[in-house]
Amino acid sequence: MHELNVTESILEISLRHANQANAKRITNLYLVIGQLASIVDDSVQFYWDIISKETIAAGSELHFRRLPATLVCSECNHQYSPGNDGFSCPNCKSDRIKVISGEEFFMEAIDIET
Amino acid sequence: MAKNILVVEKILSANDRVAAENRTIFDVAGVKVFNLMASPGAGKTSLIEQTIKRLLPVIKLAVIDGDIATNLDADRAKAAGAFAVQINTGGECHLDAIMINSAIKQMNLKNFNVIIIENVGNLVCPASFQLGSHKSVLIASIPEGDDKPYKYPGMYRGVDALVINKIDLLPYVPFKMDYFCKGVEILNPGLVTFPLSCKTGEGLESWIEWLTDNARG
Repeated sequence: MHELNVTESILEISLRHANQANAKRITNLYLVIGQLASIVDDSVQFYWDIISKETIAAGSELHFRRLPATLVCSECNHQYSPGNDGFSCPNCKSDRIKVISGEEFFMEAIDIET
Repeated sequence: MAKNILVVEKILSANDRVAAENRTIFDVAGVKVFNLMASPGAGKTSLIEQTIKRLLPVIKLAVIDGDIATNLDADRAKAAGAFAVQINTGGECHLDAIMINSAIKQMNLKNFNVIIIENVGNLVCPASFQLGSHKSVLIASIPEGDDKPYKYPGMYRGVDALVINKIDLLPYVPFKMDYFCKGVEILNPGLVTFPLSCKTGEGLESWIEWLTDNARG
């Protein structure tokens, strides 16, 4: 699994931004994950607690915001978010769809103490 | 004092940056790069062997082989006559742009027209990591079952071509081609597809033609 890589990137990005702001501590990190991005929150949290230990991010909390996917039907142009019952268009039942969003994975913001 | 800082940075941006750098290196050297992805046992190495056999007289080909621990795949590519570099990921489930960046430093890129990257056998993670390749190719195989597009949408969505290997096994396994292709069409409408058998050679010519066309363009 690549969650360790991902967690290392989260640490690198947050420390860089925190240092630029002369932070003494990072207290909260706000991450956005699209519904279609294959990232396991629990696993990232597990690695985070280990790798952040000796840094100014020690004891900080990760907050995950899940973004629903947005699909558009190529037949009727209907835009929708898929539920658990498959990806087909709920309007015309077509399977010809395009993914507009849902694969995001980024850091939105951090809380720091200076 | 407590403060909130706006970051808005992609978590995999470091990888994406190196991938873009790799692409520039490839373009400057005039080499076209294909990233082959598939589950373990789908036939990545077999397809590479068959491709080397057919292309080597006309195209100067190198292989970068990703594997968790062994040299078995690079050895097979070398035995087939190609220059091959092995990357051992040491347990990582995918190749990333940084690994490719160090592999290409061991190669004189000007000696090659085409590089085939054999990714680690995995139907989940490789899709999330750009390498800097020009085209991504997914190899599915008949014994894996016809439900794989539905179960691994991320892999099917992002590729430029799909090889369906082991079609010689169609009479022996319950694989519904219609159902499989419907799933592919949902995820990647109009995807160019090559049903073939590395064992019998059936269908290989169309794949070779596509690869050759894209190696030129």
